[in-house]
Amino acid sequence: MKILVAVKRVVDHNVRIRVRPDGSGVETSGVRMSMNPFCKHAVEAAVQLAEAGAADEIVIVSIGPKPANDVILTALAMGAHRGILVETDQPLETLAIAKLLARVVAEEQPDLVLLGKQAVDDDSNHVGQMLAALTDRPQATFASEIKLDGTALEVTREVDSGRETIGLPLPAIVTADLRLNTPRNAALPMVMKARSKPLAIRPATEFGVDLTPRLAVEKVSPPPERAAGATVNSVTELAAIIAADVNEMEAI
Amino acid sequence: MSVLLLAELDDGTLSAATARTVAAAAQLGPVDLLVPGPRAAADQATAIAGVAKVIHAKQALLADGLANLLAGLAEGYTIIAASASTTGKDVMPRLAARLDIQPVTDIVAIEGANRFVRPIYAGNALETVTDPQQKHVLTFRASAFRPAASDNAAPVETLDTDIASAARFIAAHRTQSDIPDLATAQIVVGGGVSVGSAEGFKLVEALGKTLGAAIGATRAAVDAGYAPNDWQVGQTGKIIAPDLYIAVGISGALQHLAGIQGARKIIAINTDPEAPLVKIADVALIGDLFEILPQLTAELEKSGVRR
Repeated sequence: MKILVAVKRVVDHNVRIRVRPDGSGVETSGVRMSMNPFCKHAVEAAVQLAEAGAADEIVIVSIGPKPANDVILTALAMGAHRGILVETDQPLETLAIAKLLARVVAEEQPDLVLLGKQAVDDDSNHVGQMLAALTDRPQATFASEIKLDGTALEVTREVDSGRETIGLPLPAIVTADLRLNTPRNAALPMVMKARSKPLAIRPATEFGVDLTPRLAVEKVSPPPERAAGATVNSVTELAAIIAADVNEMEAI
Repeated sequence: MSVLLLAELDDGTLSAATARTVAAAAQLGPVDLLVPGPRAAADQATAIAGVAKVIHAKQALLADGLANLLAGLAEGYTIIAASASTTGKDVMPRLAARLDIQPVTDIVAIEGANRFVRPIYAGNALETVTDPQQKHVLTFRASAFRPAASDNAAPVETLDTDIASAARFIAAHRTQSDIPDLATAQIVVGGGVSVGSAEGFKLVEALGKTLGAAIGATRAAVDAGYAPNDWQVGQTGKIIAPDLYIAVGISGALQHLAGIQGARKIIAINTDPEAPLVKIADVALIGDLFEILPQLTAELEKSGVRR
């Protein structure tokens, strides 16, 4: 089985982001960048399938500026076999990303495409589902368990009411949730080895996809700030406050 | 501008989020509400104010089937919308790509016919976008909107559908409980990993029960197995907007704070006065949760809090 994993380079999830004062966006220059955490779970899932003998090739694809090579190298160090960078300096909407990935899927013909369920920068949670539509493949989003049985998958998904298990035939698209696995930290020899693995760099323009944004982002603003309130000194005081609040609440 | 809205169902019954998404969608035009599931749920939906017509589809479908069903109905509408729930997140981007539309999702405010506000970076920034496309695919964050009234008597139209799906449903693993729905609850009591064990988490649940509250948990508490995954509140879990949030032993990681920004009032119980959550709380009590919680629950029981 061949697996394609799409990964995104984002502002590191531990960075406290700053909205530019002119409202043009979030400050990303001079900020630590790393692989989107959900994408790491997707890579780990692919590597585990390969280690179990279920997959013989893992291809990593990322779309972004040249430094996005770094997150491809991270994935290669985790155990993937080769990488493709679809290079563009233009910020792209999720539909354009999905269309580019659909072209890569058409070229590579993977049996399984794994992605993170969402990117922690735009929090869209679109691309896996869109790619599934564009390639006319079944999808299992928010996966917390993936079982392979011959040419079919059994995926357990984290949903609002708990979890649910669905079955889908390959080829399919699966997006990873955080409890799918614990991503490994690649050992230094693997990091060194990753540099010698094949990594193709291809301009996004070569795929013949219209990358023009459909939406206009007017402004990006910080959320209203919450200030610290009062500290109470006893449980009795707190109980009185809670009781008063609850008794005042309007019934919905 | 007419709206086709996908109703939110939970185990075959209409979920509380639906009345909230109807209220959001009704700001944009008359709403036809698609209810894919039992007839009883469709009948229930007729009461929601702002619904022009309920479209009942008997088939309960997975994402690919639902996207096909919506795509088949899309022609007559300018807007196709859903709740930003796990169902809406699963289906709507798939539908949008099928229709070649860039969707606008997780909308928390509507500022015009095609101007919307959505949070990015775990709610640490708000993006205002205009959508000039001919047709729009949208999802609304239910907790950001007040529910529509239930004084309507909309007509029901039944669809005979026979939609095939490549994916098949195998089993649901539901968290069985009689506590209120977390995403739409008026009061939420949340616990962090510092409760120390699943037994420790029971103290949080006991306080919640007294208040008739929903129970939330941090990712660390869920990962540790103290609470089920559908109780997780935060960037990757549920986004809540209760009138009152009581955070017990929660320090306040960025990803958790992302889920509680819509809370009207926050009360923190924590040993650390410098914890980020204490810093944004309206009221804080500094101390050991194992001493405070039993006493607080007992006092509230005694005062006969009315719920």
